[in-house]
This record gives sequence, C-alpha cells and structure tokens, in this order.
Amino acid sequence: MTPHNTRTRNTPRSTPLNAKKASVKGSRKLQGIIDYQTISSVSGPLLLVEGVDGVKYEELVEIFLPSGERRRGRVLEVDKDKALIQIFEGSSGIEIGQTRVRFLGKGITIGVSEELLGRVFDGLGRPRDDSLPLIPEEFRDINGLPINPFARAYPNEFIQTGISCIDGLNTLVRGQKLPLFSGSGLPHNRMAAQIARQAKVLGAEEEFAVVFGAMGITFEEAQFFIDDFRRTGALERAVLFLNLADDPAIERIATPRVAFTAAEYLAFTRNYHVLVILTDLTNYCEALREISAARKEIPGRRGYPGYLYTDLASIYERSGRIKGSEGSITLIPILTMPEDDKTHPIPDLTGYITEGQIILSRSLHNKNVSPPVDVLPSLSRLKDKGIGKGKTREDHADSFNQLYAAYARGKEAQELAVILGEAALTDIDKKFMSFAEAFEARYVSQGEYEDRTIEETLDLGWELLTMLPRAEMKRVRDEYLEKYYDKTAAKLKKEEENA
Amino acid sequence: MNRTEDIGRILKVSGPLVVAEGMGTSRMYDVVKVSEKRLVGEIIGIEGDKASIQVYEDTGGIGPGEPVYPTHEPLSVELGPGLVEAIYDGIQRPLSDIAAKTGSFITRGIEIPALPRDKKWNFVPQAKKGQKVTAGDILGTVAETALIEHRIMVPPGIEGEIVEIGKGSFTVEDTVAVIKTADGKKVNIIMMQRWPVRKPRPYKRKYAPHEILTTGQRIIDTFYPLGKGGTACVPGPFGSGKTVIQHQLAKWADAEVIVYVGCGERGNEMTDVLIEFPELKDPKSGEPMMKRTVLIANTSNMPVAAREASVYTGVTIAEYFRDMGYSVALMADSTSRWAEAMREISGRLEEMPGEEGYPAYLSARIAEFYERAGLVECIGSDDRRGALSVIGAVSPPGGDLSDPVVQATLRVVKVFWSLEDTLAYARHFPAISWLRSYSLYTDSVAESVREAIGDKFLADSKEAMRLLQEEDELKEIVRLIGLDALSPKERLIMEATRSIREDFLHQNAFHEIDTYASLQKQAKMLSAVLKYYREAQKALDAGASLDDLLNLKVREKIVRARYMREADREKIAEIEEEIVSEIASLKKEVSQ
Ligand SMILES: Nc1ncnc2c1ncn2[C@@H]1O[C@H](COP(=O)(O)OP(=O)(O)O)[C@@H](O)[C@H]1O
Ligand SMILES: [Mg+2]
Repeated sequence: MTPHNTRTRNTPRSTPLNAKKASVKGSRKLQGIIDYQTISSVSGPLLLVEGVDGVKYEELVEIFLPSGERRRGRVLEVDKDKALIQIFEGSSGIEIGQTRVRFLGKGITIGVSEELLGRVFDGLGRPRDDSLPLIPEEFRDINGLPINPFARAYPNEFIQTGISCIDGLNTLVRGQKLPLFSGSGLPHNRMAAQIARQAKVLGAEEEFAVVFGAMGITFEEAQFFIDDFRRTGALERAVLFLNLADDPAIERIATPRVAFTAAEYLAFTRNYHVLVILTDLTNYCEALREISAARKEIPGRRGYPGYLYTDLASIYERSGRIKGSEGSITLIPILTMPEDDKTHPIPDLTGYITEGQIILSRSLHNKNVSPPVDVLPSLSRLKDKGIGKGKTREDHADSFNQLYAAYARGKEAQELAVILGEAALTDIDKKFMSFAEAFEARYVSQGEYEDRTIEETLDLGWELLTMLPRAEMKRVRDEYLEKYYDKTAAKLKKEEENA
Repeated sequence: MNRTEDIGRILKVSGPLVVAEGMGTSRMYDVVKVSEKRLVGEIIGIEGDKASIQVYEDTGGIGPGEPVYPTHEPLSVELGPGLVEAIYDGIQRPLSDIAAKTGSFITRGIEIPALPRDKKWNFVPQAKKGQKVTAGDILGTVAETALIEHRIMVPPGIEGEIVEIGKGSFTVEDTVAVIKTADGKKVNIIMMQRWPVRKPRPYKRKYAPHEILTTGQRIIDTFYPLGKGGTACVPGPFGSGKTVIQHQLAKWADAEVIVYVGCGERGNEMTDVLIEFPELKDPKSGEPMMKRTVLIANTSNMPVAAREASVYTGVTIAEYFRDMGYSVALMADSTSRWAEAMREISGRLEEMPGEEGYPAYLSARIAEFYERAGLVECIGSDDRRGALSVIGAVSPPGGDLSDPVVQATLRVVKVFWSLEDTLAYARHFPAISWLRSYSLYTDSVAESVREAIGDKFLADSKEAMRLLQEEDELKEIVRLIGLDALSPKERLIMEATRSIREDFLHQNAFHEIDTYASLQKQAKMLSAVLKYYREAQKALDAGASLDDLLNLKVREKIVRARYMREADREKIAEIEEEIVSEIASLKKEVSQ
C-alpha cells in the first residue's frame, strides 16, 4: 500500500527561474504551480514522488531542499500518480518530507542566440563565467528533433586537418561524425586540439565555430582546450559547456544534448560551420549506467543499459548537413576505451553509429609515433565522396587503397619476422616490412604542430610506395601509375644521383 | 470519430511504452492514437481493459490522464501505384511529404497518406467485362515507372465476375472495376489495397529456390550464391562492410524490385541511396536504379518502436510486388536494431528476459520474418511465380557471432556471408571470409549457372575453393616453420591463391568498373587466374624456375582484368593466350 501523502498547493514563487518562461510555452502550471512534498523514496540519483497529478514524461522538475538549495531533475517515468525523477545534481541531502518538488510543465530547454559564442556554461547550460546571463533569442528543448533523412545533404566537402593519416587515409568531411577512440594516458586531447586548430575547407573563407562539451573530464584537461582555443583566437568562436570531474555526474546526461542544441542553432539557423567536440563519452555512458542500475533495469553488456545504442544515436545523429542550410555540424567525440578494448560496449556502439573512427594505439605512442593512430582499424566511412578530382586529387582513392593494402601486408610480414626471424621472409616480404616501418615513421608520425597540405600528404604516400615494386601496385589504375608512381620514382632516382 | 466510451486513458508512460485503461474495445495489434497529439501507437499487450501500447513517436510531454483513441484497425500498409521511388519511415509515412510539410526535422503526430491521393495513374485494363476472376488475378496495369509495370490485382478474399472495368486515368481511390461476387454483392475495386503488416500475404505454393540471383559481386556469385527467393545474412562487426554489401546488392542484384529497409542505422546512409540511386543506371535497361526501388528509413535517431515495425512494413510491400509475379529482393540493415527494439519494449513490459535480455520469442520472430521469403506460385489463376529474396545484416556486439540475434538468424537463413574485421582492416573488400561463409544454394542453383555460362565456371569455382583451403593449411606451416619449408609447388599454390584473393575476390565497390562484374566477366577472370596456375605448375614440373614464373609480365594483366569494361570482357580471354606464350618463351630460355 502506498503511504498517505500530504499535498501542498503553493502559490507560484515570485521570482521564477527565468523571466522568459511565460513566453516559452503555455502550460497548465502557470496558473497554479503545484509543489509536492510527497517524495516516497530516494535511491541513488532517483526520486519517487507520489500523489502527483498531470505530470508528463520527460518533464523538467525543480527540487527545493530545506537548505534553500535548488536542484533540477527530469521525469523518467510516470505511472498513474507516481513520478520517477532523475536528479541531475544527485540526491544527497534530500530529506523525505522536507524537500519540495515542482513540475515545470515543459521539457529541459536552453536559451540560444548568437551571443552563445565566446561564452562558458555548465553542463546544463547555465552560465559558468561571471558575465551576465545570455539574452536568448529563443528557447529550445535540449532533446531536439530527429533530422529527416530525406532532408539531409550528403557530407562531401573535404576538411583538411593537416594530419596525414586523417587527410590521406581517413578523410574527414563537413558534417561527419568521426570519433577518437583512445585510452587513458594517450594524447587524444592534443590530437583533437590539433584538428580544431588546423581544420579548414580549402577555398572556403569561413572558420569553424567550436562547440565544446566536457563530461567529467578534469579541470586541467578542460583548461588545456581553453588555452589552446584562446591562443589561436578560436575562443571567440567557441561555446563551452563544462561538466567537470567534480561536477554532478548525472548532469552529464544533459551536457551533449545541451551542446547539440547550441550547435543546431548555430549551424542550421545561423549558418555556421560548427565543429562539436565532446569528451569524454565514457563518463557520459557511466552516468547513464548509474541511472539504469538505480532503476533496476535488466543490464545489457557490462552493466550498460540495453538502450545505450539508441541513446548514443540520439546524440551523434544530430550532426550532419541539411538541404537548404549553409551550415553544418561536424562531430568529434572522444572516448577512452576501458582497458583499450575496442569491443567494450562504449566504443563498439559508438562505432556502429558514427561514420568511422580514429583509433589511437598505446604501442605506437610508446614508439613515439605522434599522433599514434592505429591506421588499420581506423576508418572514415564518408571519405569516398569527399575525395578525388576537384576535391583533393584524382589519385587519392587509389593511393589510399594501395597504402592500406601495402601497410597491412607489411604488418603481416612484421609479425612473421617476430616469430621466425627476418631471414625467413622472402625478398618481397622484406620490402613490405621496411615499407611499413617507414610508413609509421614518416607518414603517420608528424608531430603536433606540423600542418601538411593534402598535396604533401599524397606525395609522401607515393614516395613511400616507390619502396615497393610496380607490379605490386594492384589497387592503382594504369594512368595514375604512370603519372604518380613512375614520376615519383624517377624524381627520387634523380635526387639520389645528384646527392 | 470515436464514441466517447471507446476512448481510453493513459495510466503510465515509460519511454516508448504507454499503458492505458478503458481499452476494452480494442484488440491486439490494433493501431491507436495517443493523446491529443495523436501519436501513432500499436497495442502489443492486453490485460483486462488495460492495453500496453508501443508508441511510434517520441512520448515526451505525454502523461497519465490523457486520451487514447482506438482505430480498431491493425497496423497496415497501403499497397498500390506510388510505392516505387518512395521513401517511407517505419510505419510508411512518406518522408518526402513530411519534409515538405514540417521542414528538415520530423515533428510529431503527422498524418500523411502513404500513397498520393491526388495523383492520377493511367490504368490499362487486361481483364474483360464478364470475365470470372479470383483473388490475385490481374485486372490491369499501370506503368508506374520506366522499370515497373504495376499490376493491379484482385485483392485477397474477393472472387466473382467483372461487371465493369475502367480504362484511363484514375487515382488510387477511384473505382477501376466492379466485381459481382457469388452472393450477388457488387464490390468496387480500387487500385489501393491495405494489408496488415504482421500478417504474411497469401500465395498458393512454395518452391525451393533454383535460380541464381546474380549480384555482380564476385565472391558471392562464384562461391556463395543466393537463389531467387532465398535468404541470406551478413553478420559482422562495425566497419566490416555490411552496409556496402547491402547497397551493392540493392544496386546490382538482378531482381526486378528492390525494397531497402534502413532499420535503426545512419541517416546519411539513406541519403546516400537517395542521391546515388537516381544516378545509377541499371546495366540491363539503362534506366535509373531508383525506378525499381522502395526505401524504408527508420534511422537510429528516429523513434525506437518504429524500428520494430519497419521490417514488417518492408516485407509486406515486398510480398505485394512478389504477388505480381516479380522477383523482389529485400535488404534489411540492420536486423539487430529491430531485435534491440523488441528487447527494449519487452524490458519495459517487464517480460521474462531470455539470453542477453532479448525476449524469449526472439528466435520465433526472426524465423517468421525470414519465412516470408520464398519462391512462390502466386495467388490468381495464371500460375505466375514470384520470388522474394531476403538479405539481413546483423550487427553483433563486438562482432561476436555467439550473439543471440546471429545465432537465431543462422538457424533459419541458407546463406551466411561471414565478414571479418582483419580483412576489412587490410581493406580487402568485400571482407567476406572465403573459408567460413557458406551457401546452401550452391548445388540447387548450379543448373541455372550452367545454363547461363556453361560448365567450366562451376569447375573453376570448385578448383579455386580447393586451392584456398589448401592455402589455409600451407599458411599454418609457414607460420610455424617459415616459407622455406614449402616446396616450389606449394609456393606456387600460395601465389595462385594470393592471385585468387587479390585479383579476383577483392572487389572495390567504389570503382566505377570494378563495382559490378557479370557472370561472364567473372568466369573469364577466374579462368585467367587459374590458367596461370595450371600453366605455371606444368612449367615447374618441366624444370622452370619459380622466380621466373612469379615474375612473368602477364601477371600484371591478370591484376588489371577487373578494370576491363563489360563491353571488352572478351579480351580477358586473350590474357590466357599470353600466359601460354610467355611461359613457352621461358621454357625456350631454359632449354637454351
Ligand atoms: N566492397 C567495398 N569496396 C570498397 N570499400 C568498401 C567495401 N565494403 C566496405 N568498404 C569500406 O568499408 C567501410 C565500412 O563499410 P560498411 O558497409 O559501412 O560497414 P558496416 O555496415 O559493416 O559497419 C565503407 O565506408 C567503405 O569505406
Ligand atoms: Mg552498416
């Protein structure tokens, strides 16, 4: 039996959270907001309130603690007169009977305007800097709406990041979602900052606006990005949503949605090309797992909820381009793979949703390869329509196909050599092996501040391929063999003779 | 409109699941409209007057006390002219019209009919007044697109005499014929039928597939063919090439109608199809591929419950074209998302979970779905046959094939294309494992292959497979002892199989020529690859050096055969002559 609950009907507070509220959406509560003191149980970040009336799924909730503190929550489930609420700031200090709960009659929204740029907010979109609150042009629900696949424009504009193993092999295009799969201690932040610093669309003047969403990362990590953005002047074109390691964990569930709401406004209403960097998705997923566990849901793999795929998709799929809009949202989410395991549910489900992945490798990092990109399992699914004549260069597709095939064979030879010794290799396998070594040392490794043009990257590729016999260039068309392979070989020979 | 006593009240909202009371007049699988927003839902459980409803739209902002309006109709699709070239969501709402109405983002509670109501189609009668007809008989045709003649059939359940038949321009709701049934009732026939998606459409008889469904993909047609009316699955980890294979089949399979279901996957992949298919030309007719394609897109950002419905929507549309006597192929990418949607709803219903949290009825649902494929004798009196081939992608967590969805699928489908990440990493595409995959149609379709291109190809294919198996054993030896342990003959095998893998099985979907190879071209390519092996083997026996044989110039030509246009495919045979003559000149050198 449910305990008998007292209901208190209060008059609305004289100062509502934001003065704009009345203009947001008509709501039943505006005439008489009801505060409930009928919390019947608290478990982890969840509250159960009983005796409620008219509560809606996904509704925004305010929670007033006896201390005067105000927290925010969201309705996770409503069953007759019982509402299950997820509290963003956690439930510590909440006392049954003392705490009041108010349902606000709307979903979670943030205010958006061009003034977002240059500002710093917390993980729920409240100003974190000292300046005045934003004067919003409009309020938007942070969950957004699904983009109609019919309305999408296919991403196909090449972004030059200046990093060879991205530009040459796993080309990024405007509107793509390309995550960095990393591990703790690997330089993913530096790589993401390098991309943000160097990314440009050839022939286009506009620079990217950056939306940065931090979930549970340390102050130091966040400061690294802020300093880098400041140094390059990107900070003025950036909006930051920070939920740091010591901020409430559950708040992280809102952060990427808040960030995307800002990004969608900037891209599709204000026509910016937006680069969204989200880090670290692993912390986000852990917050989600905490909620799921508190709800006693049947856990999926490694305790993560069965709907993790759908949940992540509702974030990642908000990137892209849409027809009739000048702007775009390019997403680089960063996640650290627990135990460097790519089959862990977080990287696994991410890889199933995003348009490729860049994987960092600990062993390459230890070999001082920078950035330590594990080229073989890395992938850009959208490269095919973003490269070639008029975009990068005609030989690009054949060149990366050949580089991949050659590197894979070189790695195979390397493995064989480890087991049986180099002497056991055929001459041709030895050539592939030295190719693989040179490829890692010169093509993959380039350092944090080297910004290579796409021509430099492609030329370097051919230079390395000439280490292999022409007959092995199986993935290259005849015309490009002559135009690129033969020419490069001849040029190198000449240089050698001159030297 | 509903009588007030029919209207239910919401009790509970938990994600896509809504529970309502006062639903006594509704039945299982009825469609209901939830709240004043009229969100589309389907009843998936009934207890007393309480109904559990899976809602096909986002339920944010909905709460207890709000109304639920019954429709007393099961979830159905509209079938008739206007399907081809359309793109629908999981419950057959046209996404193009939605975009026109609400802009780039999908809002809730949109009601737009699946088939355009105002469009007129030219109906050409085939049946005559006075003719006795039964369900499935063709009354007339509409040239829906340059590739599809839409056959207007007597709907299931109707039989009688045509008392009137029209000719000329009609909408899908206009009466094109009147049939008088045995009990004297006159039934108006319109060009549109409605059919509940969860109920298979009837046919007379099923047959085992015996004709190859060529796909233009070498490893598939040569080693692991699919039969028309057959079933196949493509499981693999992310990035291993499931979607590209599905797209390749949608482009190049020699089916007459393609139904492509994007179930819970990426939005851009559907956009890709929408942009590419109208540009791509069908190799036979020269017409754009889109003119034979129906798209269902319920991408991963769209409501999860509609994912569950999308595969049924797709297969029902596919069956409808099968009923016209067409060979239809349906691709579902990915069936795992469908299964996960089932799991999510089942979890919220608090059903007893089976393996990995999937409901106990998972395998039954998967089996029922694939069972809707088949080569059938259609209903109607003309004995025509139609085929529905179904190819499902499966996305197991971590690529682990012990996943319940993979296992349940393997128990019912007859072709298994096993994707391997190591092949994908080396960009060996399609990353279909030549050793682990299988097709149970190889023998049954052999006769149709023989008819198309003769015996040699079948023999060559067997020989190539034997060599690949031998290579696997030899590789093991090399791994343990090194290449030195192999005799020159064995090393030649290793070279031959490298050539089979790299020059024949590898196929670049994004290369304008390589993307498709006719059976004829496949046969010539394989023949050239094996010719080299056989001739080199003889030469080796006669004392030629392995190195010389490996360095023959003609080998580069074998590599490039894939880039020869279909029009020039006869020239591939010339390579074989060059192989013979180059080896002959080697011999001369040796004897000198
Ligand atoms: N036949 C092919 N030819 C060339 N590239 C391919 C082929 N198959 C797959 N790929 C490459 O692999 C990537 C991933 O393939 P995809 O089908 O999207 O994988 P999955 O659906 O299994 O995640 C593609 O973006 C493409 O670059
Ligand atoms: Mg896919």
